[in-house]
Amino acid sequence: MEILMAIVIGFLFMSAVYLMLSKSLLRIIIGTGLLSHGAHLLILSVSGLKDKAAAPLLGEHAKDYVDPLPQALILTAIVISFGVTAFFLVLAYRAYQELGTDNVDQMRGTEGNE
Amino acid sequence: MNNLLILPILIPLLTAIVLMMLSKYVNAQRVLSAVSTVATIAASIVLIRKVSVNGIQTLNLSNWEAPFGITLVSDMLSALLVTTTSIITFVVILYSFKSIGRDRERFYYYPVVQFLLVGVNGAFTTGDIFNLFVFFEVMLMSSYVLLVLGGTKGQLRESIKYILVNIISSALFVITVAYLYSVVGTLNMADISMKISEVEQPAILTVIAILFLLVFGLKGAIFPLYFWLPGSYFAPPTPILALFGALLTKVGVYSIMRTYTLFFYHDTGYTHQILSVLAIITIVMGCIGALAYWDVKKIIIYNIIIAVGVILFGVSVMTPGSLEGSVYYIIHDMIIKSALFLLVGVMAFIVGTSDLKKMGGLIKDYPWLGWTFFVAALSLAGIPPLSGFIGKLLIVRGSFEGEAYVGAGIILASSLAVLYSVLKIFLNGIWGKPKEYKVTSKGNVNYLWFTSAILVGLAVCYGFGADVIRPLISQAAEVLVDPNIYIQAVLKE
Repeated sequence: MEILMAIVIGFLFMSAVYLMLSKSLLRIIIGTGLLSHGAHLLILSVSGLKDKAAAPLLGEHAKDYVDPLPQALILTAIVISFGVTAFFLVLAYRAYQELGTDNVDQMRGTEGNE
Repeated sequence: MNNLLILPILIPLLTAIVLMMLSKYVNAQRVLSAVSTVATIAASIVLIRKVSVNGIQTLNLSNWEAPFGITLVSDMLSALLVTTTSIITFVVILYSFKSIGRDRERFYYYPVVQFLLVGVNGAFTTGDIFNLFVFFEVMLMSSYVLLVLGGTKGQLRESIKYILVNIISSALFVITVAYLYSVVGTLNMADISMKISEVEQPAILTVIAILFLLVFGLKGAIFPLYFWLPGSYFAPPTPILALFGALLTKVGVYSIMRTYTLFFYHDTGYTHQILSVLAIITIVMGCIGALAYWDVKKIIIYNIIIAVGVILFGVSVMTPGSLEGSVYYIIHDMIIKSALFLLVGVMAFIVGTSDLKKMGGLIKDYPWLGWTFFVAALSLAGIPPLSGFIGKLLIVRGSFEGEAYVGAGIILASSLAVLYSVLKIFLNGIWGKPKEYKVTSKGNVNYLWFTSAILVGLAVCYGFGADVIRPLISQAAEVLVDPNIYIQAVLKE
């Protein structure tokens, strides 16, 4: 199971890198979304994916529970990446309005230095 | 009172929350943020005293025992860095009063600065690797807002690049923490260190060490990963630039110091060798940039990169002397970089541009500004009685002890490049033929000069009072040399 997940996560990273190397800003943002999906799935899988373990709720009275720590880490990481992505999207919108392009190649030029 | 070490995080956090409600009342915001930052400084100075008397302070949040809850750890290094950070933020807030402009002030400038202080102080104090990630994000999120606040074209363009780079490095951080967790099964830094020494750092941990170097190197701008820094730091206004230049990269450098002295000290032949080579190239690249540009901001920006290289070289050598030198140098560099950014900010404010070729003869009208800059420049280069000297001396001596002669030679040579680059500003901008510049109100200039002079004065005191501060620095370096002190303080065995 972990091997399958590793391959899937690898594909996610691959697509993320490919998208982030493209020129359109929206494709880049989609790439960052895929990148964070990959990272979150990775946290979940590295601690082991047990087949017959209960959800981490003490009411379940199970013999074996899944590791609760990575789930808390993912939850934190998800909201953080939500915040950052929302900010990034609005920034991209603003940049499109002000700079008139969504092509990062045309966002060159730093005024003030030769 | 053991809750002392959370105060440098808590005070700015509460202030930021209150300030958000006062966004329309600029004067109230100014007074409140200045007062609360003074309180933060006071708390952190008390903390230094406490750490110097009683040793490392730890705080288990909500009484969970050490490896299971989040532990805040304040050793001397982090206490010193927290104090320096708070002082710099205070001066930058004072400087902002007359330079940042009403529009930005009304749009949550001060709360965001306080959040930045929360993030940086938290990153210096935390004893948990995932909590470090969270504080990194607090710091980065505020830096995104500060970078783009105002919304000029240059800022928008550079923010996009800066955010993209940091999103990637944050994702890498999460991935690295996931790998580390899968190997050692814990997140508490002291516990991680113990688990790693139990398994004696197999190859997978060396891979994780290099991943950490990538992550923190992206934040701290080391050689192949510094490409984003010159453009991004050029965009925002002066006080924000001073905050970034003094604090953000140093958090990355601090994290490398922490991880490489606390976690990965078993196989130094590989990891520290790479760190040392990267540090040397970082210094060289920084020197090339600092010599190449004719723009006052760019010159100082490339000097950040040089300093990052120098500090990390001291860490990579891992002799007690060089580690002590690194601690000395990182504090010196935080103070002097913010001072220099504020000073060149004053110069750019007078002239109306940061292009060095359009400046000249400022000494005629602003002699005090000129001489303060001169002192700051000498201090940056490390001329003996001033603050940059002792750190570099210790690093060079330590690397001779560790037989790293090439690096030591390059550090010495880099001082020349640093000196040349800042004296270029001095000779062309402050000396030289007076050029036409729009007359600005002298009151404002004097105020801005005065606030930046506070930091220069502090740097001078730091240099002259080296003997007074020496015991604190040695105490900070002790923990870096012997991680067991840290582990025992946290896990209390």
